Amino acid sequence: MNLEKYILAVITMNREKVSAGGAPIFFASDKEELEKIAVTLARITEGVIHDLENGVFILVKH
Amino acid sequence: MQAAFAGVIFGTLTRYYLLRRDYRQYPSYPHGVITNLSLGFIAAVIGAVAIPALAEKEFTAVTFLALAATQFREVRNMEREMLLNLDNMQLVPRGQEYIEGIARVFESRNYLVMFTSLLVGGATFWGNLYYGVLIGVLAVVLTGIMMKGKTLGQIANVREGKLYFDGANLFVDNIHFMNLGSQGAKEIYLKRALGVVIEPLSDNGRATLANNGQRMAIAHDAAALLGVYRDVDTAEFMPIVRRHLDTGRAGLVIVPIEQDMEYLIEAVKRVPVLESALRLPLKTTIGRKAAD
Repeated sequence: MNLEKYILAVITMNREKVSAGGAPIFFASDKEELEKIAVTLARITEGVIHDLENGVFILVKH
Repeated sequence: MQAAFAGVIFGTLTRYYLLRRDYRQYPSYPHGVITNLSLGFIAAVIGAVAIPALAEKEFTAVTFLALAATQFREVRNMEREMLLNLDNMQLVPRGQEYIEGIARVFESRNYLVMFTSLLVGGATFWGNLYYGVLIGVLAVVLTGIMMKGKTLGQIANVREGKLYFDGANLFVDNIHFMNLGSQGAKEIYLKRALGVVIEPLSDNGRATLANNGQRMAIAHDAAALLGVYRDVDTAEFMPIVRRHLDTGRAGLVIVPIEQDMEYLIEAVKRVPVLESALRLPLKTTIGRKAAD
């Protein structure tokens, strides 16, 4: 079995919602920065931004 | 001699008739077409000489038929490999099932050509040229009718769907598609995307639409015809087809270049039903009983 979907990065404003894991975590200070980091990372990694709807965005390679 | 010539000419013409270049952009012009035509010609030669050769008690001719079959299977493998390799380069890939379908058609058309020229050769040999022509025309017409696969419009109803976001989740009618985080992407979806709902007409259609290869084919054809608003680094604008589990309906979401709902629906209706995706549970007793 091989994994096809990976979480490439986690982007959040809320330090309490995530802890160190497999993927790098990027902290943003406001919503605008969050969006900007997410879009930039998505373009670079060709991943898709998903919103966990608790202030945490993840970047997934599909 | 006359029989062989008639067979070859008819066989090659059959191949040409079957070789209609269409929106699937296959085969490519001019070299792809030449490959197809010349293989058709070879198939026609083999088919056409078979009966005259047998009549002359040249039984080795039959082994040539077997040899040809192996060759054409090889050609199918080559075709499949090439298309699979090229598929990685497409913005919206065809998918393995679609490619397998194309390769299969490629192989089987050569057999059809062989068969037509065999019939024409035989009829000319035992009758005369007029019989040969008559049989040939009949064979060509019959192959045209019999080899016409179904299209999606025949197994499902395609209509416009309402596209909306619930939080970060994208829906068309009540079919869930995906979770999108980026605000910019959401705005583009709301502004440019089109959503259609594909409602299967029967349980057979429902089972066919469940096939992932069939769904990839729908996305590919829609994108090939209306264009797709994405580049290699924007995975979120990949057209996708998802299924509503309760009803078996499928939905397509695409961000096209040409925002024309009418023609999107038309395009989806014309997607071929893939041979390998076609399921007919209603043809069995168990399937029929389970359905009611």
